[in-house]
Amino acid sequence: MKGKAHVYDRDDIDTDLIIPARYLNTDDEKELAEHAMEDLDKGFVKKVSNGDFIVARKNFGCGSSREHAIWALRGVGVKAVVADSFARIFFRNAINNGFYAIECKGVSGKVKDGEEIEIDVKEGVVRAGKKVFKFTPFPKFALDIINAGGLLNYVKNHP
Amino acid sequence: MGSTITEKILAKHSGKKVVRPGEIINADIDLVMCHDVTTPPAITMLEKEGIDKVFDNKKIVVTPDHFVPNKDIKSASLAKRLRDWVNKNNIENYYEVGCHGVCHAILPEQGHVIPGITLVCGDSHTCTHGALGAFSTGVGSTDLAAALATGKLWFKVPETIKFVLSGKLPKGVYSKDVILKIISDIGVDGALYKAMEFTGAAIDDMSVEARMTITNMAIEAGGKSGIINPDKKTLDYVKKRTDSGFEVFVSDEDAEYCDVKEYDVSKLEPMVVFPSLPSNGKTADAAEKMDINIDQAYLGSCTNGRIEDLRIAASIVKGRKIAKGVRMIVVPATTDIWKQANKEGLLDIFMEFGATVSTPTCGACLGGHMGILAEGERCISTTNRNFVGRMGHPKSEVYLASPATVAASAVEGKIVDPRRFLE
Repeated sequence: MKGKAHVYDRDDIDTDLIIPARYLNTDDEKELAEHAMEDLDKGFVKKVSNGDFIVARKNFGCGSSREHAIWALRGVGVKAVVADSFARIFFRNAINNGFYAIECKGVSGKVKDGEEIEIDVKEGVVRAGKKVFKFTPFPKFALDIINAGGLLNYVKNHP
Repeated sequence: MGSTITEKILAKHSGKKVVRPGEIINADIDLVMCHDVTTPPAITMLEKEGIDKVFDNKKIVVTPDHFVPNKDIKSASLAKRLRDWVNKNNIENYYEVGCHGVCHAILPEQGHVIPGITLVCGDSHTCTHGALGAFSTGVGSTDLAAALATGKLWFKVPETIKFVLSGKLPKGVYSKDVILKIISDIGVDGALYKAMEFTGAAIDDMSVEARMTITNMAIEAGGKSGIINPDKKTLDYVKKRTDSGFEVFVSDEDAEYCDVKEYDVSKLEPMVVFPSLPSNGKTADAAEKMDINIDQAYLGSCTNGRIEDLRIAASIVKGRKIAKGVRMIVVPATTDIWKQANKEGLLDIFMEFGATVSTPTCGACLGGHMGILAEGERCISTTNRNFVGRMGHPKSEVYLASPATVAASAVEGKIVDPRRFLE
């Protein structure tokens, strides 16, 4: 996967910043996407392109269990979030949706906003120019769920 | 080596003798709780996959709570999708508006939560129910859909941090202050992926309701669950509400913890958490010296909308008048709490004071309705989160505190230490 990195060089980007609760009166992915990251960066929706990544520091996605956070990011074209660490429910939701939440330390701060980066999920590597960041690849059960196209498909095939 | 209560419950539910932290298990789920925001998408997922049956219609409890009574057409259609699905699947335990309540308050109150069970809900504050000695954790809509379809869910067995709370709470200091202090100390990811087990003399002294305020906020430290070993108070609370049998698990003395933190609660003070993270705590005394004027005081939510909370706040505002320019919104968390508060005259006390009382709802806690803040406005609130934009405009501010501190601040029109109101 290759794409542009949108870098938010900070900790604790909560689910209310990713998709404010005032928009949770719908679960329509397109509608949610219009408000992705709105309270953190009003210009995000305009500048993001399909296949881009978000890069941040630790505890990304803390707060609410709303899967709407994943849908808003996916809906606006984000393919993966790279962060030092993730809040537990956000990470679970990501796996269950086949969305990549890449736990890779030290990328934020070393990659410039707008820089092109490459993520190799199998190898467990993020590359930004000559800089290389390693991460522990997903455990097998998580990859199985992602590769099945999400948890429900996985469950259907593993009764 | 012994096991923690969490390990024992998860072992029992995955057909194993023992489980250890890090192990991935597929656990039986005893209870799935559903509300109007995260369940409708789960229903859509099930329909899309052609799954037209729930695993057990007696093990599902549903209450619309977030945006009810419905605030707009979109939220009304979410509630309708939920209601239609309830009818189609003959789900017995459905609390329609009129007997509804905030899910984390109504389930224990109505006897659905019993010790030793596993419980999930598409809501992060599901950790609340650990106060009754259950394993209880928040999940997203896909997990919820899988649990509704199969009655099973995968988990990584969490490590446990033990919080030993000794001493006696001083006057004016409540379980809310204890958990705000703990989160301020360990940070919003201080318990990431971990179970937070609370124990000690101070927990023994607390009512089951006060304990729920503590486990409710485990998620604000990143915790997977909050849990408390059941004692006589727990069993009395549960047996008053249900005839269901249950198995009680408690942690072994030689159970292994990844960390043990000790607090002497007699040294704690009332706390106020400043914007915009639940870990930004200062003492109420320090906050008072900063002269922070407020526009709104909010009393309610799954954290502090129970009868004891209303009693504490009412005892402070009784016979007083609300500060000029301040709105106070009181939201009893369930219909029964509303009725009880009415019976005790608490609602009159609030109305005479100058507050307004709402029907049960999650409401403004998550910026839904019933008390949204405008740009630049400031609210002191008994809720659990003070993120940017949480209760309204991204440039509004939320300060978290106990019911006593919120009530005292409504009297003064600024954030104050409540202790002088209790003398």
